[in-house]
Amino acid sequence: MPSLGDQIRAHLPYQRRNAATLALLIFAMVLTLSAFAEVGLARDGHIPQGLFLYGGGLVVLAIGAFLAQARFAPYADPLLLPLAVGLNGLGLAMIYRLDLDTSNDRKIAEAAGKTFLKDAADASGQLMWTFIGIALFVVAVFIMRDTSDPDAKLSFTPKTAQRYTYLIGLGAIVLLLLPVVPGIGAEINGARVWINVAGFSVQPGEFAKLLLVVFFAGYLVNKRQAMSLIGKKIGPFSLPRGRDLGPILVIWFLCLGVLFMQKDLGTALLYFGLFVSMLYIATQRVSWVAIGLGLLAVGVTIATMLPFMGHVNQRIDIWRNPGPYFDGGCLVAGKVVPVNPDTDIFKRTKLVLQAKAEEYEKAGQKAKAANARLIGPGFYACTNTLKGEYSDSAQLMKGLFALGQGGVLGTGLGQGEPWRTPLSFSDFIFDSMGEELGLTGLMALLLCYALIVQRGMKTAVAARDPFLKLFAGGVSFVLGLQVFVIVGGVTRMIPLTGLTTPFLSQGGSSLMANWILIAILVRMSHDARKPAPQAIQDEGMTQIVSTR
Amino acid sequence: MSEFTLTLIKLAFLAVLWLFVIAAVGVIRADLFGSKAAARAADRAAQPRPARAPKPPKPQRAQSSGGGAPSKLVVVQGERAGTVIDLSGAPITIGRAGDATLVVTDDYASSRHARIFPQDGQWIVEDLGSTNGTYLGRTKVSRPMPIPPGVPVRIGKTVIELRK
Repeated sequence: MPSLGDQIRAHLPYQRRNAATLALLIFAMVLTLSAFAEVGLARDGHIPQGLFLYGGGLVVLAIGAFLAQARFAPYADPLLLPLAVGLNGLGLAMIYRLDLDTSNDRKIAEAAGKTFLKDAADASGQLMWTFIGIALFVVAVFIMRDTSDPDAKLSFTPKTAQRYTYLIGLGAIVLLLLPVVPGIGAEINGARVWINVAGFSVQPGEFAKLLLVVFFAGYLVNKRQAMSLIGKKIGPFSLPRGRDLGPILVIWFLCLGVLFMQKDLGTALLYFGLFVSMLYIATQRVSWVAIGLGLLAVGVTIATMLPFMGHVNQRIDIWRNPGPYFDGGCLVAGKVVPVNPDTDIFKRTKLVLQAKAEEYEKAGQKAKAANARLIGPGFYACTNTLKGEYSDSAQLMKGLFALGQGGVLGTGLGQGEPWRTPLSFSDFIFDSMGEELGLTGLMALLLCYALIVQRGMKTAVAARDPFLKLFAGGVSFVLGLQVFVIVGGVTRMIPLTGLTTPFLSQGGSSLMANWILIAILVRMSHDARKPAPQAIQDEGMTQIVSTR
Repeated sequence: MSEFTLTLIKLAFLAVLWLFVIAAVGVIRADLFGSKAAARAADRAAQPRPARAPKPPKPQRAQSSGGGAPSKLVVVQGERAGTVIDLSGAPITIGRAGDATLVVTDDYASSRHARIFPQDGQWIVEDLGSTNGTYLGRTKVSRPMPIPPGVPVRIGKTVIELRK
């Protein structure tokens, strides 16, 4: 009985599909350029000048990536690169479109002598990160090139990573801990997940994700037999021995602990899903999925009961009923007290704060006065007067309104008002897309993600090496889960937790990590799809016995 | 830009977006079921290195789609078109020689051209060193290959098929 992988390989045409890659890549270019053109036509009535800079830049990058793939991984899956370029291009077009609005607002604000909020869409920055991301793809594909020379310099295939399983696991934890280190760590938007490197903020968690997949894959590939066969049976579940599961649980608890300290719930959820799915792939036991979901339920229940995890409660409360939190709500002893600008308590606190600021000014304490003017009255009223947990659902609700505004066909690129949602260019870019492309466009975007995940899973199934099987399965699952968590969050299907939308969101770390992920998948699909070594086939020929 | 033009542009962009997705799915489809271009590429790849079976004719599908082995061999093209031979389980030889099971009078066929024999519930075609070669579908038969039902086998000017 041939294994599933053999059956799939029997169906795979052992061919180079570089022509298909190139055709789809050109299609992705056309898609991106028409997105830019539509933005320009809708806003100014002519093709925008940005088309030549952004569109042209992306074309050059994509051609470079294609040449690298055709040279170093010729049997690679034809879909991965074009889909990633298409998503990246659409994200770039949307950020360009938001940048036009926010930079306009910034000019008006500056003319009026006001300060403008720091977070803004930045299309040229995103183009630079795209450049770095695709350059990393090219470098990664080159380093992981398929070479028969054992002494080749700078050669590090995904398989090589298996040798450094524990080092890589350690590396993942170090990366996760970096933002907590004083001096290089930085807190942005309430989550301490950033580090400052040479003037840039980097989110090491995005890269830790990949390292953790390698660690789980490398560990489980050795222990999966023991884990699925030896152990206590409790009812329908069989639990592995402690010494088999121990190291992986230690790493996993360390990661989750770090993430809870950083209040990065989205990433915690991502790692949890990764852990459960990889155990399932390794042991092929459905009971792991049941155990995983049970642990998740227990974890969430405990988190809601712990006093210092109040914001978990709040996330869930906002998810169930975001209305009272609009523009500010305060959770006091399980009840929501609105503190939005229309409430009395907000107005009273505003007066109090103003009085305080004036007092400080009289006393000559400028810093304290500025502070008193900056602090939101709603937040101050909630934390000082009501002693509760402050939260604001305006972002989520504005995103939902944007989706409603878009409807089935959307308003058309450049014709909606997606910039009204805070962070419309990063966490909420999916809602921005929904407003301007409508449900029709969102379905196409989700299909692009689904196709990437499907190609990754197919690579995993067809892979010959068990470690690469787990590796490919893990990275594809983690990409799919990430899309689910953030898209589910901004569409209020699950509680909102901050994660980046792969390839669409503005942000360098996310783009770089995802381009490396695609490079790894491209390389592994090359391995899975290339013809078997010639020697084995010759053996097949000699088996023919002449009948005469 | 009038409202109407902008609506048209919007719809055109959505169409391009969906065409991209459909084109991507089309590439997967070609990978699974083969396309004309892919088959040509496979033929080309097969010429210099006949050792590599360019496209195994999907034994899985042949087994799953049938539910039964083919029961007859039909000559669909050539001078003896319309001839039906029942498949009994004994091997069938094809060629110009008088002792062949299926005698073809064809200048392009060799006297002992090809052999079709059952193995593990499948019918296998084997070229017996003919001058002009045997073709299964578009692929040259360089080693014994299973014949899926409905795939034509060409010997000189004669084309045969296995049917249920």
